[in-house]
Amino acid sequence: MLFDLIHQLKTFHKGGVHPEENKLSSHAPTARLPLPKSVTIPIGQHIGAPAKVVVERGDDVKVGQVIAVHEGFVSANIHSSVSGKVGKIDTVMDSTGFKRLAINIRVKGDDWLETIDRTESLVTGIHDTPQEIVRKIMEAGVVGQGGAAFPSHVKLSVPEGKHVDTLIINGVECEPYLTADHRIMLEKPDEIMVGTQILMKALGVEKAIIGIENNKKDAIELLSRTALTYPGITVEALKVQYPQGGEKQLIEALLGREVPSGGLPVDVGAIVHNVGTTYSVYLAVQKNQPLIERVVTVTGKSIDHPSNFWVRIGTPVIELIDAAGGVPEDTGKVISGGPMMGKALNDLEVPIAKATSGILLIPLLESRRAEVYNCVHCGKCVEVCPMGLEPHYLMVLGKNKDTAKAGKEHILDCIECGSCSFVCPSNRPILDYIRYGKSQIRKQKTA
Amino acid sequence: MNDVILNTVLILVSLGIVAAIILYFVSQKFKVEEDPRLEKVLDTLPGTNCGGCGFPGCSGFANALIGADDLAPYHCPVGGNEVMKEVAGILGMEVEEKDPFIAIVKCAGAIGVRKHITAYDGAANCTIASDLYSGERGCSDGCVGLGECVDACDFQAMYMDEYTGLPVVLEDKCTACNACVKACPKHIIQLWPKGKKDKRIYVACVNEDKGGSARKDCSLACTGCAKCAEECKYDAITVENNLATIDFATCKLCGKCVVACDVRNIVADHFSKEQLDKLADKREARLEKEKEARIAERKKNKEEALSEKNQETENPSTKTGTTDAI
Repeated sequence: MLFDLIHQLKTFHKGGVHPEENKLSSHAPTARLPLPKSVTIPIGQHIGAPAKVVVERGDDVKVGQVIAVHEGFVSANIHSSVSGKVGKIDTVMDSTGFKRLAINIRVKGDDWLETIDRTESLVTGIHDTPQEIVRKIMEAGVVGQGGAAFPSHVKLSVPEGKHVDTLIINGVECEPYLTADHRIMLEKPDEIMVGTQILMKALGVEKAIIGIENNKKDAIELLSRTALTYPGITVEALKVQYPQGGEKQLIEALLGREVPSGGLPVDVGAIVHNVGTTYSVYLAVQKNQPLIERVVTVTGKSIDHPSNFWVRIGTPVIELIDAAGGVPEDTGKVISGGPMMGKALNDLEVPIAKATSGILLIPLLESRRAEVYNCVHCGKCVEVCPMGLEPHYLMVLGKNKDTAKAGKEHILDCIECGSCSFVCPSNRPILDYIRYGKSQIRKQKTA
Repeated sequence: MNDVILNTVLILVSLGIVAAIILYFVSQKFKVEEDPRLEKVLDTLPGTNCGGCGFPGCSGFANALIGADDLAPYHCPVGGNEVMKEVAGILGMEVEEKDPFIAIVKCAGAIGVRKHITAYDGAANCTIASDLYSGERGCSDGCVGLGECVDACDFQAMYMDEYTGLPVVLEDKCTACNACVKACPKHIIQLWPKGKKDKRIYVACVNEDKGGSARKDCSLACTGCAKCAEECKYDAITVENNLATIDFATCKLCGKCVVACDVRNIVADHFSKEQLDKLADKREARLEKEKEARIAERKKNKEEALSEKNQETENPSTKTGTTDAI
């Protein structure tokens, strides 16, 4: 009976894998992390142009104050996540070891801007016009919190000639280990519903679907019940399948529409927003609160207390790990994000950014890459590729720098989910070389 | 029986003749006019198809040479001046001699010089590694050390030094074809004139971070202290963005900047140790002299100031003396 039920669940049809879920922290309620001594806020936390710094060393700032303004349309404001004195404005090492400009603020008290409504009460009435909503979201520096950090206001500005009929709220969280979205759905269901309504109004659509994978049954149940009082919003349970959280996969799973090669979701009349983003939209529009904190999962097999924290943007990673019980001795790798798409950190002092959904500590034995053998042409990578590409072939083309052929084989359609590298029995670094091929093509285009 | 053989032979012969006539006319009609010089030029070129000339291969380069009015913008780095002279002879044109170039590695951040910050076990390719993160060793501008330049070299003119973890260019094999320069994702390889008696002076660093933070990552990093630029008489060194760069066109290879550098990160190829030591001694002697001169001057200033003060103190005493007298 249950088996049948699961079989009826929707999912995307091409490829996909099902790695071990390991959602260790799904029952840990989000705790508020104590304020750090100082925060380091990078000015480029989003896709697009980095913001322009508008404060100087020695300035006093309050929580929620703009410290860097967006430059151009595809960019986002940066706000101070704490109150205190602005320290050094200098380059710091980011999570990948490169130096990026960031603003350091020494924390003093917790003094918020008066315009921010800090009460917990739910504000349901939406009085702003669509234009005002988009402006407020832009001012609040809201970016996609699923991982890509794409400025949300850009997604809400539908290009002329395009028509959107459905808003999709992404509560899939297909990455193993991560539970940030799961917890926010359980703890802020009404806020997410109001946030969804705000986004619906901004886009002028009547229909919104919240897609949640079936391994979060409590969230599905809760949100379905909540959705009854909010017209136009439905909740859909989805079969557990990685990478369902990818925009294109989610649209296919829920609407059965395929985003054309090189196209955007808007081309098939859908817009996708993450649940975390939706909550930030609610705060930005109803409470006037910019994006200054987010839920971050701190997890790993040997960590003492896998947990979820409300963290101010700019908090050093090490503080989160310490709050979860410290770095276990057998740790081999610390990853920002999930195990499939996350990036390894090479310094634990790096700050939490707007798109950091989790900190994952992997034991040494699991973190090493296994020995690489020759391709045996088993076709497993082709089978699991959610974009219908031939990863093994693209890898060879990438390696040989054959950009013309790689372009013809749609290498740029690769969403870098890593399913191919995950299933490869010869442990070949397939995705690495596909990325290499993509960067070669991009280099050629800019040259 | 004989007839059959005869007929067959006759038919085949006549078919052959007809076909030959058709082929003759077709070949006349579709004759490709080819410059007879093309083959000669192509034979002269080295035929390595390395792309160092800027064309996809030797054949493309030969075509361009034949169509060119002036040979000045064209140069075959592999063949060098000899080949270009020969080509010019074939084409009946003149060609200027160009200085031969060589690839240099502008990073001295060897193992041990830069601190080890992470372990990387992914695909052994510099571009992939640097897309993901800054490298195993500190300094995000320095050599990644996975040898993409070595792979790119068609002439076996490079190898990775096991002990330093940096690429080494073999001078007698390097043809300055530019392949390694293009391959390096960190842009630390550059073409440089081979120089008189193979002497070259260049700054082996590309890090543009502020002095302190650059030195924290790599003990040989250029901090942009500009001591070398002060030393240079010919204005060949510019310091911009905390990094000194030497202009090879104006550099006279005197070697004074080499000994002025605190971290000794200005590389002087084919300079003898004695020569550099001599320069260093000279510099030290000069600095010593300057120091003495400075001390002497300070002393003198002090004395002057003291004597002035004395005079001033004397004067008021005389004044008071006068008042006393009144």
